[in-house]
Amino acid sequence: MSERPKRRSTTKMVPMPSQAIIPERDVHDIPVLEARHLGIEFGGLKAVDDFNLTIGKTEIAGLIGPNGAGKTTVFNLLTKVYEPTTGAVLINGRDLHGLSIVQASKLGIARTFQNIRLFDKMTVEENVRIGLHNQIKYDMLSGILRLPRYWKQEKRQHEKAMELLDIFGMQDLADEVAGSLPYGVQRRLEIVRALATDPKLLLLDEPAAGMNPHETEELMENIAKIRDRFQIAILLIEHDMSLVMGVCEGICVLNFGRVIAKGTADEIQANPVVIEAYLGKKKEAAT
Amino acid sequence: MKLKRSTVDALTSYGIVIAAFVIAQLLISSGSMSRALQGQMIPICVYIVMAVSLNLVVGISGELSLGHAGFMSVGAFTGAIVSTWLLGAFNMENTTLRLLFAIIAGGLVAAVAGVLIGIPVLRLRGDYLAIVTLAFGEIIRSVVNCLYFSLDAGRLYVSFNSPDIPGKMIVSGPAGTKAIKTIATFPAGFVLILFTLFIVLNLINSRSGRAIKASRDNRIAAEAVGVNVTKYKMMAFVISAMLAGMAGALYGLNFSTFTAAKFKFDTSILVLVFVVLGGIGNIWGSIVAAALLTVLPELLRAFSDYRMLVYAIVLILVMLATNSPVLRGLFARLANLLRGKGADAPEKGGISRV
Repeated sequence: MSERPKRRSTTKMVPMPSQAIIPERDVHDIPVLEARHLGIEFGGLKAVDDFNLTIGKTEIAGLIGPNGAGKTTVFNLLTKVYEPTTGAVLINGRDLHGLSIVQASKLGIARTFQNIRLFDKMTVEENVRIGLHNQIKYDMLSGILRLPRYWKQEKRQHEKAMELLDIFGMQDLADEVAGSLPYGVQRRLEIVRALATDPKLLLLDEPAAGMNPHETEELMENIAKIRDRFQIAILLIEHDMSLVMGVCEGICVLNFGRVIAKGTADEIQANPVVIEAYLGKKKEAAT
Repeated sequence: MKLKRSTVDALTSYGIVIAAFVIAQLLISSGSMSRALQGQMIPICVYIVMAVSLNLVVGISGELSLGHAGFMSVGAFTGAIVSTWLLGAFNMENTTLRLLFAIIAGGLVAAVAGVLIGIPVLRLRGDYLAIVTLAFGEIIRSVVNCLYFSLDAGRLYVSFNSPDIPGKMIVSGPAGTKAIKTIATFPAGFVLILFTLFIVLNLINSRSGRAIKASRDNRIAAEAVGVNVTKYKMMAFVISAMLAGMAGALYGLNFSTFTAAKFKFDTSILVLVFVVLGGIGNIWGSIVAAALLTVLPELLRAFSDYRMLVYAIVLILVMLATNSPVLRGLFARLANLLRGKGADAPEKGGISRV
């Protein structure tokens, strides 16, 4: 963790009654995410155990930890890919127990994937339009019979998709086939598609993976821009510490499926348990 | 307003199909088409509808179905029964109207069969649909083989395993249908093709169609953005079954007698061959492949005993040719020229890119 952070959040974090910390500006709102004692076992192996996390309405939070710590498993639990063995997930105070991935998405949780998962053969605009699937609707018959509703909603979808692409400077790429885009642009498109679902909480799984420093910096700006513009919360998994320390307000560190530390960037960087998890135990503390 | 490319492509497709129909009609009325070929016109229409509808499942929704002939069979027998019943019970002399009702009934019953198969199977991931539809095709054949339908004084009688029912037989177990009035016409087949294209092309270029394609391309991502994958796979499958049932009804009413053995596994595979040769997901390819490969055995009569051998060789050659990069590049350039984009614009599609 020797990289120098490019910027540092100055958010004041305050404790909640449940001892979780969230940004001071969000204390009067229901937290967008509350994970309580979340755990999952795969054949006796506890991949995630007693995971607690609260995220404020407009917080940018980070989830870090060494490889295999269970970070992506946490994402899969939050998005209902897995049903947790123990504990509960609350989105805006609503329990996700028993819901499907699709229902979780409708409640306002959206994600990107560690390995990009775009609809490769479709155009950029179509990818975003699929994100708008539950936002701008019309039924199958209107579509087949080309009823007035089809033309009206198609036009709205097009306008909304172009508006979203425009925010990220991708309006000129609308007709390109998604699979042919450069890597960094594909990652950005995945974020745009997730935003099209009008989420309350956006989960980014290693958004900076494979990016060069310049692209990473652009991504940092975009993350801050998304929060400011859409007023939503973001939880990201990332190994690039300059990004995590630069943009995240609250950080949660996971190791062997358990939370080993929580706090602001400064607190996490100074936490001996975290340093040990990443670098191993030292005989004497280096300063 | 500038027309969308998909709209232009769809209109072009209708135009070409209409032109082909007009030319065929002219050839028939001027007497320059052989009787044998004229007899192939309705089967061509039927197989085009079969191929396009199967392409909706295999190409657009990305599920393998090996029992498409099963839906055709359901539609064919339903159509034959409904047509005879309408004539016997209601004295409906108008053949066009009877054909229309028979085709609608065939489509509806096949769609119900599609729903019954889809409900359990499409919730699963993997190749279960292929296995179940394969079984479905065989089950339908066995069921129809011991099914007896008769009409007596305007009343339908049905029985299993026993031909002892009053009146005139319509369906007589392993012997198939009996003395059905052949009311299928080439123009009806042409209208059915247009209807199929209208449904399939409009579906593909709509919200539902995008959801179907998204479920095919990446199921996990589609679910994560809130697309109900099972629902959309079901939609594609049931519409496909309905269209196959309609094609079946038209096919059945083209023969005064046919048996369930007509719709065996080979027929399903034949339609799948049309789809694969025409290009999976390529609606145009399906139309061309179905039309050419249906008339090919007829055109190859000159080779008499070696007919099927030549047929197989042609199949292999077509497969090699459509996979050759040189030819593909040529087709792509041609397509772009037709669109007026210039020769070096990258090929993005037409209705082949779905």
